[in-house]
Order: sequence, then structure tokens, then C-alpha cells
Amino acid sequence: MMKQQDVILKVENVSKQYRLGVVGTGTISHDLNRFLAKVTGKEDPYLKIGESNDRSTKGTSEYVWALKDIDFEVKRGEILGIIGKNGAGKSTLLKILSKVTGPTTGCIKYNGRIASLLEVGTGFHPEMTGRENIFLNGAILGMTKKEISHKLDEIIEFSGCERYVDTPVKRYSSGMKVRLAFAVAAFLEPDILVVDEVLAVGDAEFQKKAIGKMQNISSQAGRTVLFVSHDMVAVRNLCSRCIILEKGVVIFKGEVEVGINEYISQTERNIQNFNFKERKKINNLPFFADFILFNKEGNISGSFKISESIFLRSTLQSKFKAEVTLRISIFDLNEFRILAFDSNNTQEKFFLKKGTNIITCELLDGLEIKPDKYYINISIRNGVDLLDHIVRVASFNIVESDYYDSGKLIEGDIPLVLKKNNWKLN
Amino acid sequence: MKKEKWLFNISPKNNTFNLNLKEVWQYRDLLFLFVKRDVITLYKQTILGPLWYLIQPLSTSVIFTLVFNNVAGIKTGGIPPFLFNLAGITTWNYFKECLVATSDTFKKNEQIFGKVYFPRIIMPMSIIISNLLKFAIQLFILICFYLYYVFFTNSGIRPSEFLFLFPVLIVFMGMLGLGLGMLISSMVTKYRDLTFLVSFGIQLLMYISLVVIPLSLFQKKGVEWLVMYNPMGYIIETARFLLLNEGNISQFGIAYTVIFSVLCLLFGTVIFNKTEKTFIDTI
Repeated sequence: MMKQQDVILKVENVSKQYRLGVVGTGTISHDLNRFLAKVTGKEDPYLKIGESNDRSTKGTSEYVWALKDIDFEVKRGEILGIIGKNGAGKSTLLKILSKVTGPTTGCIKYNGRIASLLEVGTGFHPEMTGRENIFLNGAILGMTKKEISHKLDEIIEFSGCERYVDTPVKRYSSGMKVRLAFAVAAFLEPDILVVDEVLAVGDAEFQKKAIGKMQNISSQAGRTVLFVSHDMVAVRNLCSRCIILEKGVVIFKGEVEVGINEYISQTERNIQNFNFKERKKINNLPFFADFILFNKEGNISGSFKISESIFLRSTLQSKFKAEVTLRISIFDLNEFRILAFDSNNTQEKFFLKKGTNIITCELLDGLEIKPDKYYINISIRNGVDLLDHIVRVASFNIVESDYYDSGKLIEGDIPLVLKKNNWKLN
Repeated sequence: MKKEKWLFNISPKNNTFNLNLKEVWQYRDLLFLFVKRDVITLYKQTILGPLWYLIQPLSTSVIFTLVFNNVAGIKTGGIPPFLFNLAGITTWNYFKECLVATSDTFKKNEQIFGKVYFPRIIMPMSIIISNLLKFAIQLFILICFYLYYVFFTNSGIRPSEFLFLFPVLIVFMGMLGLGLGMLISSMVTKYRDLTFLVSFGIQLLMYISLVVIPLSLFQKKGVEWLVMYNPMGYIIETARFLLLNEGNISQFGIAYTVIFSVLCLLFGTVIFNKTEKTFIDTI
């Protein structure tokens, strides 16, 4: 019975359905059907249909399940990590938890106050002063005027904006706005705090402050934190338990170490490789018939250490002899083009023979970039003419490793590009 | 198995008649802070500031008097046409401002509603309250002109002995504006068509709400049905009766208006509460 009481939040079979496409005349007929079913006491006709939320394939149904039968419990004082790829349903789950939107089926039971730190600074009015905004924002987050007055000095001190507190917020720098907003939320003292990607905003110092405050909230005040992120390092540092979401389903719940390992290996298995079989070429130009990444051992892989050798092998089919140049571009998840290997730049032209040709790009020292997920685009050209190109032909992960051979992982914030160097004291 | 005790529960459907008034009460500070925000930020970076709220009804009254009374020759009984129009417009403006502002609630606050939860009804309620301030400013100018006509002209105007009921009228107007506004704002989340309807519908509605044309004229021309079922018509007519002792009051009209306003507010609140759970998915 004691154990029962420890559970502060219980999520039971929560599902969320979304309708795809635009709202148009179809919507009103669906609404009418739904209404008819309700009046005649039947089940909602659109609840039975719906597909899992796999965005890469075009589904047949207009309805998808962003979340399906989510089931978990959180104990008092625990920091639970919720991890998953983009589109796995994390944000939807958080929205339901913070009552921004309701679930389609299922229910959530909890004791105490839930507050969400979804995005700090919503609700600031630019024309009002910092002090007025503290009150307004605090009240939006659910505090009473009395509570806020009580903590006002602490909030102002934590934000470090004393000097500007009677100046309209529109004169604040964006960093000051974030600090002020976080300060308000930090003194909210809810029983359950929901945090989503706040750490993505603000500088390193602010992030440290935010993480420290969260640890504080849980360890000293015994409050519960639900922490959503795809920053594995932060999850590992903060959380004791985690759940992994994939395509709207919980695929793992348990210890954080086990969970993160599971998540990484699962990501490797699930590289969204381009399906070459379904490819149809309409013209007679040379085209890509296959593209793979493999490591030094010659095994196909989707995950490489920072300085591990990577081999990118393109298979080209041609119906005639041709002269082409090849370009491989690497993008990060923000669609930022990080690197490109273009044989045109190195004045290398490949003379394709009739039939199958294999071209391999060797990166013997690896990519030496920050551990993260990356995508590859490939193209072949003849001079300026684009013969074939494939967007997101493959993806891979760069994983943390002992890059400097120092016997430990790289500490702190890893920059985008890494380079080995020598230090010399003269 | 022992029955578990939970304080709160999030489930797919709101109980239709659970209006969560307790929760609204908990957030009462937010309501006042929103009103304060509206008041503070109203005149920021304007030169004329609150004067804008005087210019608008005054200029409208002048134009209406010229067009409807001088040119078209509409008779306003023994009341100076300007005062007749000003009283109508001032009253009408409060309803209009309430309806237009609340009917936009979900769309306008999508950003903040999508991020954090508080009882959504706080937002339209704060609009109704902060509009009272604008109304007070406009009422002040009406009173100034009113006193001028009473003391400095021999038009013979005097208020009705029921003038003390005027605030009750404002309450019903607020209820009507809030109820209709919430109803529309709930539907706008899915069907944007209504936004267009509100912006020109409110203009059309003004002409059949007895703002410029008195009920007696409608009756004389035999088109009474145009205004018979419009509660705003009765409100404006009653307001003018209370202030200027002019026009006729029907018991049917008052009963109809009261019932209509109460039902409208109830229905609006229920629909609004139903919508607040899922609107973020459809907006």
C-alpha cells in the first residue's frame, strides 16, 4: 500500500488521434457522422481507423495515432526522462500532460499541481515592465498574486535583471527575457514539473543554471520532474528512469542507462535507408542503384565513432559510357550543410562503363564532427547537368568516443568540428 | 484491490455541465492581471490616448445625425437627434466591442494557449471587464452632453424613474456579448468562415438593433418582425427609455432578452469548455 502512495502520476492507455490534411468540406461531414453516432449511442466511427504515425510512408487513412496506448507511472521525487526521435510523440504527450490538449482516449491521474516549462517567455507583454510581467507570467503559470509578491525579490535576484525591472520588456535583450521567464518558472514550485527542450535556448551558463535548478527541485524539494529531450547527455545526467517513445508507442521503460543504450542501438537499426528497389528511372541517364556506408572491417554500419574511418560506396548504373562527377553532401538534423565531397572540386571525373559501376569515397580519419545524427544527399553531374540526385539517401550517427585518447569521453559542450592539435609552450 | 485516490484526472471528455468554476476562482488573480494588462497597454504609444474613445462615438453620432435625421428625416420623438444617437451608439459599442473581441479568443491567443494551461474562460471574461472601462469613458461623455441638454436647453428631457436599473442592462449586454462571443470563437477554431461573418454581420446587426432608427418607425412601416427577435434591439430601446424616458418598453421584450442572454451565456460557456480541450489540434 505504501508503494501505491508513492506514485504521483499515472498515465493509463492514453492515445491521441490526429486528422491529416486540411480542414475543408470533408470535415463537416465527418463531424456530422460523429455527431450521429453519438446521438444513436454508437461508437465514434473514426476511432477504429487510423494508422501508426510513420511519416515516411504515405498512409491510406486520413487519421493517424500520434500516441497509442501510452501507459506509465511516475513516483514522487523522481526525474523521468522521455526520449524519442522527432515525431515520436514526445511533444504531444507533454501537451496532454500540461492540459493544453486533451487525449482522444485514456486518462491521466495525478496528485498535486502540474506545471509545464514548455517554452519560457510565453505571455510576456512587451509594453509592460519586468516587474509587471513577473506578476502576469506567474499568474499564467498558476501562481496567486500573494505567492508572487512573496517570492518577488528572489525571482528578480535569480534572473539577474534588477536594474531593468522597471523597464518595459520590449527593451530587454532576448537573453534577459529568457532569464526572467525561467526565473519565474523556477520559483513556481509545482508538484510535477514538465520540461521540454528549454535547455535548447540560452547560453551554456544558463543551461547549467537550469539543469542545476531542476536537480535541486527534485532532490531537495522532493518534487517530480518529467524531462523531455533528445540530448542523451542531459538525460543521463538528470534522470534515473526513462521511457522511450517511437511512432507514438512506448517501446521501453526502465533504467536510464539501459534505456539510452537501447535507444542508440535502435536508432542504428532504423536508419531510414532509401529504398532503391522502388526507384524508377524514366530517362536513360546514369543513375544511382545503391548507396551504402561501411566501416574499416567492411561491415555495413550506420554509426561511427568521431574519428572512425567511413567508406561511402555508390553503385551507379549506366546504359552507355559516360563521364560524371559525384557529390556527397552531409547535413545535420537542422538541414544545415556541414560538409560536401565533390569530385568536381578535385578535378576527378569518373568514366562510367556500360552496366554497373562502383565508386567509393574514403574518409580514413572519419568525419571528426560532433556526435549527432546526420543525413546524406548524393548527386551525379555531367559538367553542370544534373543527371541524378537523391535527397536523404542515408543517415548515420556519429557517436561519442575517446577522441583524444585521453581515457575518457570529451567533457562539456562538444563543438561542431573537432580537430586534433599539439600544444607547445615556448 | 484498494481503491486509489487521485486528486486530479485528465480524460478525453469534459463533463458537459462541469464548468469548473472552482478552478476559475483559483485563477482570479490572473483575471485581474489580464484586465490590468489591457488597461496599462491600451494607450501606449498613442498621442491622443483615451481621447480616441471619445472621438469615435462623437463623430459617429454627428454623422448619423446628419445622415439619418437631417437628410433622411427620421423622427426621434421629442429627443434631440444627436443625444438619441449618442445614447444608442454608446450602449451599442459596449456590446459590439465585447462580441468582436471575445469572438477572437482562441485564434488570437493560440500562441499562449498552446503552451500553458489555465482556464481559458479567463480570457473572454477579462475582455468583458476591461471593456467596461472603455464603456465608462464613453458613458462619461454621454452624461456630459446629457446634463447639457437637461440644464441648458428647454428640450424637456428627464430620466425615467427606473434609471437605477441601467447597470442591470449593462450586465445583460455583457452576458450576451460574452455568450455569443464564446460561441463564435469556439466555432472559428474549425471553421474560419465565421470570422468574415462577424466583421460584416455586426454592422448589419446595428441597423436592426434600433441604434439609429426607433422602434416606433419600424412599427409604423409594418416591418416590426425585423427587430422583434433581436435582444439587442430591446436592450438599446430600454436603455434609451431609462436615460431619456423615450420609446416604449414591452414586457415580452424584456423577458425575451433576459432568457435569451442567460441561455446564450450558458450555451456559450458549455461549448467553449468543450472546445478548449481540443481546439489546439484544429485551429
